[in-house]
Amino acid sequence: MLSKTQTLLRTLLAALALFMAAPLAAAPDIQEWTTPNGARVLFIAADALPMIDIQVVFDAGSARDGTRYGVAQLTSELLGEGAGTLDADAIAATFEGLGARFGYNAERDMAAVTLRSLTDPALLDPALELLETVLGQPTFPADALERLRGQMQIALQAEQQSPGALARKAFYRALYDDHPYGNPPNGTPASLAALTRDDVVAYFEQYYVARNALVAIVGDLDRAAAEAIAERVTSGLAAGEAAADLPPVPKLLVPISVHVDHPSAQTHIMVGQPGIRRGDPDYFALYLGNHSFGGSGLVSRLSQEVREERGLAYSVSSYFMPMRQAGPFQVLLQTRSDQAAEALALVDDNLQRYVAEGPTDEEFAFSRRNVTGGFPMRIDSNGKLVGYLGMIGFYGLPLDYLDRFIERIEAVDREQVAEALERRVDPARMVTVTVGPRNPRGG
Amino acid sequence: MLARIALLALGLLPAGLVAATKVHEFNLDNGLRLLVQEDHRAPVVVSQVWYKVGSSYEHDGITGASHVLEHMMFKGTEKVPTGEFSRRIAELGGRENAFTSRDYTAYFQTLERSRLETAFELEADRMRGLLLDPEEFAKEVRVVMEERRLRTEDSPTSLTYERFNATAFLTSPIRNPVIGWMDDLESLRVEDLQTWYRQWYAPNNATLVVVGDVDPEAVHALVQKHFGPLEPSVIVPPKPRPEIDQRGTRRLTVRLPAELPYLVMGYKVPVLGTAEESDDAYALEVLAGVLDGGNSARLARDLVRGSAIAASAGAGYSLHGRLPGLFLLDGTPANGHDVATLEQALRDQVRRLQEEPVTADELARIKAQVVAGKVYERDSVFYQAMQIGTLETVGLGWEQLDAYVERVNAVSPEQLQQAARKYFDDDTLTVAVLEPLPIVVETEEGSGQTDEIVEADETKEERSDAQ
Repeated sequence: MLSKTQTLLRTLLAALALFMAAPLAAAPDIQEWTTPNGARVLFIAADALPMIDIQVVFDAGSARDGTRYGVAQLTSELLGEGAGTLDADAIAATFEGLGARFGYNAERDMAAVTLRSLTDPALLDPALELLETVLGQPTFPADALERLRGQMQIALQAEQQSPGALARKAFYRALYDDHPYGNPPNGTPASLAALTRDDVVAYFEQYYVARNALVAIVGDLDRAAAEAIAERVTSGLAAGEAAADLPPVPKLLVPISVHVDHPSAQTHIMVGQPGIRRGDPDYFALYLGNHSFGGSGLVSRLSQEVREERGLAYSVSSYFMPMRQAGPFQVLLQTRSDQAAEALALVDDNLQRYVAEGPTDEEFAFSRRNVTGGFPMRIDSNGKLVGYLGMIGFYGLPLDYLDRFIERIEAVDREQVAEALERRVDPARMVTVTVGPRNPRGG
Repeated sequence: MLARIALLALGLLPAGLVAATKVHEFNLDNGLRLLVQEDHRAPVVVSQVWYKVGSSYEHDGITGASHVLEHMMFKGTEKVPTGEFSRRIAELGGRENAFTSRDYTAYFQTLERSRLETAFELEADRMRGLLLDPEEFAKEVRVVMEERRLRTEDSPTSLTYERFNATAFLTSPIRNPVIGWMDDLESLRVEDLQTWYRQWYAPNNATLVVVGDVDPEAVHALVQKHFGPLEPSVIVPPKPRPEIDQRGTRRLTVRLPAELPYLVMGYKVPVLGTAEESDDAYALEVLAGVLDGGNSARLARDLVRGSAIAASAGAGYSLHGRLPGLFLLDGTPANGHDVATLEQALRDQVRRLQEEPVTADELARIKAQVVAGKVYERDSVFYQAMQIGTLETVGLGWEQLDAYVERVNAVSPEQLQQAARKYFDDDTLTVAVLEPLPIVVETEEGSGQTDEIVEADETKEERSDAQ
């Protein structure tokens, strides 16, 4: 018969085994090189499925708009509208006839062009040829530009009937003011009306260049094949220069409250301030800190307080969105308008207390287990891997980012989290945006 | 020319490229069905429990009950107190959630493979042991009302669609929204959920789908251990409640504060399980692709580009519903065009499908996408499990997964034309138009105010320039 101590020890070991046994999804090997004209390439070989994912990411998001708000998005959307001798119909029909998925998007930092294809050469070769043409010989047809201008104007109108979109817009404007992150990605009525084809061509020539590009490739091919593909799809790009550094984001000196009247049933609430950059040394501490606060779904402190205890909201969360420069830290929720003051007070109180005290030991340990235990699910598909490659490459993160992710999370202790939160989040200087039928602060 | 060559090449590929789905089937004595698919690409597993119950099973007065019950499934059993389910999964690094639709309610966990048993233990416990505490219910039903406000009440197009759908169907239960009518949510009681839970939550009304880096026999043993002891129930299938014949176009106008007009139209159509000829259902599926299967499809090519009448336009069809539904067309007119012009343009598209055969190129493009899509979907264990679960729960069987590519490939231009003529009939059409009213908030002073009020002076000088 085992002694009590032995039994206890055994239970303890079993419990430890459970938590340590997470057989590490070995992070895949990332290979790196540069194309002859200067584009950086990251590649992961993944041979389980006969497919390939390619992302070509440019530092060409709306932060590069200058005063021509919307030009990044317009340029991105025009890429599918004409290339070489092909018009939009031919480009779409060719990709789709090959079973390939071609896409493009522009956000604040990045503009990406993406292709997913089967690896059969009869399908892949023509898809790559077309991608090369799209990137190397875009024609920016004038009639397509007019049509897209109209669609972007409609998108601006659509924002006016969406309290969520109105809140995001007001939040970014208050947070970033005239910093490039304050640029409205889809423009303003006046800026859209003023954009010309020359603006688009100039934008493309400056930013869609090899030294401002990152090519991410994941799929069933070897290094030599990946090198050939990377060289091919970027071969039409000018070498150019990497975009200049964006200015740092000024800190908020005073709290800012913005209310937008809207006849909605709910009031949308956003609270936040400029947060952190990608690669910030505090990233892992703040990621864990936010995880317990509002980043872990129903079990987060915010969710417990706002949703589980009081039934005030369906969705309540917080996150840091690291960008080239300080991306936002934000809390977001929506509640029936007559409850908005109560919900806002709860957010303010909880944020203040949490920043002052940090997570409890229990919350911290829990978050750490969730993040490390969930690591295998971060990298379990080609689609997720190519997303990570794009991020690692674009933001210049170390190539062992995935390899050492768990190690870096485990290197953080509760005190570091508490200290980082207190140093980096200032509850006294928050932007608070409300959109709804009445100002919950009585304004 | 380029495209033509590739299409020929593709014609040779499908059979070899798309390996048959290998699903391991197990049936427990208590009626629980277990379907396991191996996927060893990553040390990850997804577990999904699918119940045959959803909004199309509900009767008037309790609409939304299936979905509220889904929320309450996280609120505790005798063994596992409220919130503990989510905590235990999260502690293992897992991701979990649930979803309700017309035909099913499903619960899922995604975990590192060695942690699968916890999901089984917890799911088996709440399959028969839910508490349904009145206080928890009182809070959670308010959460659901917030969800409804977020998704529907404050979205002009969602509100329009909801009324459109309730007009298109008079007697079929699919006339009701999955989330329920707000007034029904207001009057819902925890006793209604008790009844609903006892009526539908039993092993013999559930399918457990597991996809990932697992051994099917080992999974079966674990499932037997945790779910095996559960008692089955007597499950009485829902009454048929068929939709009565529609005898003429129905039109409605929805007037709401909004910026943009919106049009949605739908023709009554069968689904795969109810079509007299299952070829018809696949023809409708392909017709949706002809209109809206990508940026080269007709609505994007002819209406968004081409005539540029539409800022956006779409078409949709649900092949795998349990009950007959609609073939949908919708859109927002481009600036300078009105809803009537857009409606006419969409009707012209329908007429063209009836009068002219779809070209070989168009059909080949759709088939190419379907074949490639079969490979791409293997990139997600979650999506694979979703498909198996859906097909099983609506009564079609997972085998339809493999039939899909073959059946789509077999559709001919003549079948498409016949299906368009047979089903796109004005007498079964419903048309809804969202007519925007000004977006105005009535303030106490009685004047509309849509501008922003900035309380603090927000000037550049108040910001420091240093980070």
